[in-house]
Formats: sequence, C-alpha cells, structure tokens
Amino acid sequence: MARYTLDVNGQSRAVDVHDPQEPLLYVLRNDLNLTGAKYGCGLGQCGACTVIIDGEPVRTCMTPVSAAKGRIVTIEGLGTPQKPHAVQAAFIEEQASQCGYCTNGMVMTTAALLAKTKSPTKAQVNEALAANICRCGTHDRIVKAAMRAAASGAAASK
Amino acid sequence: MNIMQNRVALSRRAFLAGSGSLVVAFSMHAPALAQNLPGPVPARRGTDNKKVDSYFVINADGGVTLYSGKVDLGTGHRIALPQIVADELGIAIERITMIEGDTHLTPDQGSTSGSNGMMRGGVQTRQAAATARAALIKLGAQKLNLPEAELDTIDGEVRPKKGGAGVTFAALLANQSFNLELDPKAPRRRPSEYKYVGKHVKRPDMPGKATGTHVWMHDFKVEGMLHGRSVYPPRPGAKLVSVDETSVADIPGVRVVRINNYLGVVAEREWHAHKAARQLKAVWEGGGIPTSSAEAQSYLRASGPRDGEQTIDKKGEFAKAWPGAAKKVTSDFYWPMQSHASLGPSCAIADVRSDGATIWTASQGTHKFADAFDGFLQLPKGSVRQIYLDGAGCYGMNGHDDAAADAAILSRAVGKPVRVQWTREDEHAWDPKGPPQTLTVEAGLDADGKITSWRSQMWIPRPTPKLPNVPLVGPELAGLPQTMGIATGSLFQGATPVYEIPNMETQLHFLRGAPVRTSPLRAPGKIGNLMAVETVMDELALLAGKDPVAFRLEYLKEPRSIDVLKKAAEIHGWQPRVQPRLDGKGRGIAFTHYKGNETWVALAIDVEVDKASGAIKVVRASCAHDCGQIISPDGVKAQVEGCIIQTISRTLHEETKFDRNQITGVDWASYPVLTFAEVPELNIALIDRPDQRPLGAGEAATAPVAAAIANAVFDATGVRLRSAPFTPQRVRSAMAESATKAG
Repeated sequence: MARYTLDVNGQSRAVDVHDPQEPLLYVLRNDLNLTGAKYGCGLGQCGACTVIIDGEPVRTCMTPVSAAKGRIVTIEGLGTPQKPHAVQAAFIEEQASQCGYCTNGMVMTTAALLAKTKSPTKAQVNEALAANICRCGTHDRIVKAAMRAAASGAAASK
Repeated sequence: MNIMQNRVALSRRAFLAGSGSLVVAFSMHAPALAQNLPGPVPARRGTDNKKVDSYFVINADGGVTLYSGKVDLGTGHRIALPQIVADELGIAIERITMIEGDTHLTPDQGSTSGSNGMMRGGVQTRQAAATARAALIKLGAQKLNLPEAELDTIDGEVRPKKGGAGVTFAALLANQSFNLELDPKAPRRRPSEYKYVGKHVKRPDMPGKATGTHVWMHDFKVEGMLHGRSVYPPRPGAKLVSVDETSVADIPGVRVVRINNYLGVVAEREWHAHKAARQLKAVWEGGGIPTSSAEAQSYLRASGPRDGEQTIDKKGEFAKAWPGAAKKVTSDFYWPMQSHASLGPSCAIADVRSDGATIWTASQGTHKFADAFDGFLQLPKGSVRQIYLDGAGCYGMNGHDDAAADAAILSRAVGKPVRVQWTREDEHAWDPKGPPQTLTVEAGLDADGKITSWRSQMWIPRPTPKLPNVPLVGPELAGLPQTMGIATGSLFQGATPVYEIPNMETQLHFLRGAPVRTSPLRAPGKIGNLMAVETVMDELALLAGKDPVAFRLEYLKEPRSIDVLKKAAEIHGWQPRVQPRLDGKGRGIAFTHYKGNETWVALAIDVEVDKASGAIKVVRASCAHDCGQIISPDGVKAQVEGCIIQTISRTLHEETKFDRNQITGVDWASYPVLTFAEVPELNIALIDRPDQRPLGAGEAATAPVAAAIANAVFDATGVRLRSAPFTPQRVRSAMAESATKAG
C-alpha cells in the first residue's frame, strides 16, 4: 500500500492504493467520487476517460496512479451545471449528447484544444477529436458545440 | 422538470401498493441516497398499462409524478413524454417528475425498442393523460359547481374557460387514485392548444451530462457493494475444467466464484476485481463457433442447418410474370453480423437476498426481463425489482441485461450487493450480435420499361416464436433455468418493396440457430433489405433509361411517400440523370416507408471515392423525414442525425469478425467505427404533420443509408457494392472485377 497525493481540481487529495499500476481513472471514480471520467475501453482508444493534466488531454485509463503528476482537472472541475465552462455551456446549448457517455471526453478534449488554439477550424476540431469515439452519431453537434465555444471566446479562460 | 432517475423514497410503494384510494402524503424529493441502501424489495405498484394510476400520481404539492415504462436511452424520450403529458393534462412541464423503467413503479409498456417510444408509449401515455384530464374536470365541475363543458385544465388547475377562480389538481386528487381504465375515447387536446408539443424544449439531462454530474448506471454506488467481473470462456460453449485460485492470491481481497461454467471474481476494490479477472488461470475445453465471419454468407445460404421456408407478402404471380420479362436483374446481397458496440461496456448492480432482489440496470426492457430474473434466481414472481438508470447507448439489446444477470449471480453467491462492469472485450465479444442476412433479388421489366415482377429471397436465422427475451450469458454458463432460443427482431421487414409492382413475393429461408448469440440491432434487417431493394431499383432505372428519382415516383401512390422523396431530391439539389458520372464523385438516393406502415424517409447522399485506395467518403447527406406529428423537433432531428451517422459507420466499417474459435473483433481497433473526419454535412428536412399520429424516429432514417451510399458509389465508379461493410478493399476488388469484365 502506498500513499499518493494528487492535485485534482485545485485541491490536494491523498489516496492509499495497493497497486501502483492502478489506473488513475479508478482512483478518480472510486476513491475521489469524481465519476465524470468514464471507463470506455481501458485501452486508450475511445477517449471517454479523458481529464486534463497540465493543459494536456490525458487518458486516465492508461495512466497509472503512480505516474499521475501535475495539475489534474476533471470535468467536475471545469464547470458546474450552475456555472458551466464555455465548452460545457456550448454542449448544453447545442444539445450535443445523446446517451452522453462520450461527452466527458469530448468536452475535456475540446477544452484542452481551445486553451491552446482559440479559433480552430472545423478540420482542427476533427483532428483533435480524431481518437474520441461517439457511438450515437452526435458528431455533428459536438463539432458545432466546439465551434460555438470557440466563438464565445471565453473558452481559453481555463 | 425533475429527473429523479428513480431515486425515490422506497417507502412510497408501501403506500401505493395494491388498489384503493390513497391519503398518505409523502415527499417525492427524498434524498437520492435513500435508494442506494440495499434492503427488502417493496410490493409492486400497479404495472397494468390499462390503468390511469399506473401512469400518474397527483402529488400533495400539486405536481405530477409521471411513470413511464419506456426509458430514455439517450433518445430524448425523457423530455418528449413530459411535453405530451404537460400539454394534455394542462400543467407546467417543470412540475412533472418522471420515473422510468422501474419494474415496481412503472406501467409495463413493453421494451423501449423498435422505434416505438413515442408511437406506442407516447400515444398510450397521452391517452392516460386525456383520461386523467377528463376525470379532473369532472371532479372540478362538482367542486366549482359548473358544467364540465365550461372548464379547462390550465397550469395544474381546473379553471372556468371564461375566467375566474379554479381549483388545483392537488385539492382535487392529491395522492389519491384515479381508479380509472384508460379511455380510448377521452377527448384529446387539439394541436392548436399545445404549448410544449412541437416546440424545442431542452433536455433536462443535458447540463448534467456536460458537467459530469449526471449519474449513469456506471457511476451509481450501493452501500457495501463489492466489485465483480465475469471471466467468460475463451470459446462460446467451452466447458470449465479447472480453476487455479492461487493465480490471483497476490491480489488483496479477491474471491473466486464458480458455478458450473460460470466463472467470476469479486473484490472490494474495483481495480483488484479487474486485475484478478485478467490474471485468473482457468482451463477450458471444447466450444467454438460453427462458422467464421468469412464463411458466414455461405453458412446462411447453404452449409448451415436448415429450418424451413416461408413465403410472405405475395401479390400477383411472380412465377408467371418473371419468365416473360424483357429485361431482368438478379443480384445477391449480404449484411454482416455487427455489434451494438456501446461506448460504455455494460454495467449493473444486484443485491440478491433470500426473498427477493434489487437490480440497478440500464436495460431497455426491464419489464420484459422481469420473469427471466425471477426465473433463474428461482425467486417468487415479482420479487425481483429492476431499477433503470441511464447506460451508454445500446441501439437494441446490448450487454446491459447480461451484466445485470452476472451481478445477480455473483451477489447471490457472496451475499452482498455486487456491481459488475463488463470490459471492452466482454462487450464486443459477448454482446448479442445483430444477425447476418443474405438476399437474392430478381426483378423484371417489360418492353416498356415497367417493373412487372419482383422476388426477394432472404436467408436468415429463424427467430424462436414467443421467446420471452434474449437468453442471458451468465445463467446459461451457470446452468440456471431460462428459456433458450434465437432473437433477431423482424429481419424480413422491408425485403418486399413498398412500390406498386403487380407481381411480387418474398421468400424466407431459415437457418437453424445462429453462428453466435443474436439480438435485435437498430432497425433489424431493414438496412440490409433496403440496400438490396433500393440498389435493384437503381439497376432497373438504369435498364429502363430513367432517372432514379423519376423512376421511383412512377411506383409510388401515397402522397406522403411522394412528398418525402421529392423533398429529399429538392433539398439535395438532385440533378436528373440516366447514366452514372463515373468520375469518382457520385450521388445516390433511397426511399423507405419504414416497416411498410410507419415513418417515411428519403435520403440523398453524395460520395467521393478514391479509386486508388478504394476509400469512400460520404460528403453530404440530405434527408426528408415524415414521422407524423412531431413531439420534440430537436429530439427528432437528433435521432435522424444519429441514424444517418451511425449507419454510415455500420455501412462503411462494421463487421463482427470471428473465426471458428472466437470473436476476434474485440475492441475499437479490431472493430473500427466512424471517426469525426468522416462525418458528412447533414441537411435534414422534418415534415411535421400535427394532425397525424406520431410515429417513430429512432430507426427509420437508418434504413436508406447503405442503399443511398451504394447507389452513389455506382454513380461515382460504375461498380455495385452488394456486401457490407463497404471497405476500401471491397471497393478495390469490385473495381478490379468490373475492369476485368469490361476488358
């Protein structure tokens, strides 16, 4: 058993984990009750588990807790239903989820993109989301939400 | 609107159990955690879908609790149904709390499938609301001492139409029973009175979904629960010979559960269960699959075991008309097995006790599976309560119910609540697959270029008559009692053209069994059937020297059919043509009257085909869609978008690969789906018919997708694709074959 101190959504959180290889995803969901990041594949193929670490979108299903260094932002830390981040607000406005299981990854990947590229082209959004899978066929709305968030200009605030 | 997600205080059913009037007040807004506690299963609330009380309770605060046997599944049903009820009852939509899919709280309205959530569930609930409204007006008339004809229901009150003080629903009937059967004649509101129906009302679950606060099945926790994983055999049907429990001895707190051929693990920590399931050493023998994906078409047609034939939709005399046809087309088609491929592998929690069980599930058919759970757990009928929570999209029966069964088996074995999370590999390998189908279509034209004869033949697995539900994996492995059989959905629908053709028939040739377990997958059979029918229509148009749109219009009589086809052509900018372009860019169209009597859809598609690589890019899609009265316009549009995009994925990329041992397409690399860059520009025209009954929007627009792509590819290249998926390799082979013939 080892203790790991994680910087999550601006807070320092200590967790005791037996296996250093346990993915960050399980720790977030089960120890910290941050269930926004989803288990989709455990293989880094679908993006449902994405969080932002030091500005980069990271697949937590493939990140051992022992290697989770840096400032972690989960979707809960990005914004709330009452005070959504610009990307979240755009997803709500565009009604850009069906089942919504992929939404975490879409929102987090888009937020990370817009933090660096304030006015991306549609092709750049497609590129950023190239390894994120949506199964319901909500892609068109997701891209529209990303473009709306970029247009709102506030997305780079985080 | 409140989304309680069924986390209602357990106590309420005690009050509502049985019949009789109710006078006990209670809070609907009990803490969410109230239901997270495992405990005894309560008595069942009325589930009779013919009784008004099964649908509504007027709460003490004047709000309404709406019970829906149909569930959301990501479709927007959660807003569409309250839109109907708010309008019909006459109450603000925010005052409706909706409970979905709970076997012990909601009416049994069948499973949420076949695109019938609105068409059947919505219409049924609307009639319940109309009946309730009439009853409230009757009670209000007594209270206000006014004639019923002078009263209306507005904002949760019965009020005089001419103005003046009204009386609240709560004052009339709070927490009491209506004690009424649904009245098919109860007067319904006119469309002109609607405040919500036909308008864009935002989905209540969207803020939670965008901010990570929405509680999916996967996020739900029950106090004291353990985490479970199933360890499925390497080959379907393999027998478990031995298990080496020492192989997981290094992982803390792991318990191995073995029941006949069912093998699973539980642990307090989820990662430990996950790791143990992968690490556990077991010896299996036997098992396998009777064919492979490469051989599946010939297995269906000939080499697999036969199970009879049937002729359906016979009209005129094909056998007499066909020999004399001036020009003929005979074409073969194949639609492969596909996975529901839910983005979130299936998950469920079960708490099984000696006298009953509670199961938290993302099932699309809790009521449908009620008897199955009672049965294999050998518990008294009605003692297993299933509570619905949103899962990842399922598009037919995926693994949700299997995960629930696994959780129940493990919970019973260890005497604690158990959460089972399927892995990605479990989902891709073990979800019941969309069945395969193969067709031959023969059609003939007379000397004037008119279609005289048409025969479709299908080779498909024979579905088991009256099978109550798709058999579950866990109980089968564990040797627990359940009804076995084959579920496919109505694969034959759409095999017979909806066009006016004098002589036609469809012959079904049945395979006994299926290569692997099957279940309905969105629009079962219809996509492949329409690919065949609408490709042949294009072939006939070419032989007749006619434009594909004009040719189809010659065979359509219904105005709504004609309207959608013309509308799709118009919004797409269809240019009449009688010969293919052949320059790598192509346009195709396809039409369906879904299931022959439901939604009308026409879809025009532009593609670009890279002749060197064989890659198809769908550039633009224009869809005209008539599902009668539109309840929730943005919801319908979202469904149509999803139908088109998902079916482009199924058409271009998806086939469940398997060899004679196992499924080999077990993740997103070996079972690829559409990526963002492949999504076309979408242009959707919804034709609203407020005076017509609402029809489904969850499936119909899937049906023409493969056909429209195939026809566009022909326009671009001169080659016909007749087997899905239309992979680059298939396109290259088809072009090479065509060049050989031409050369």
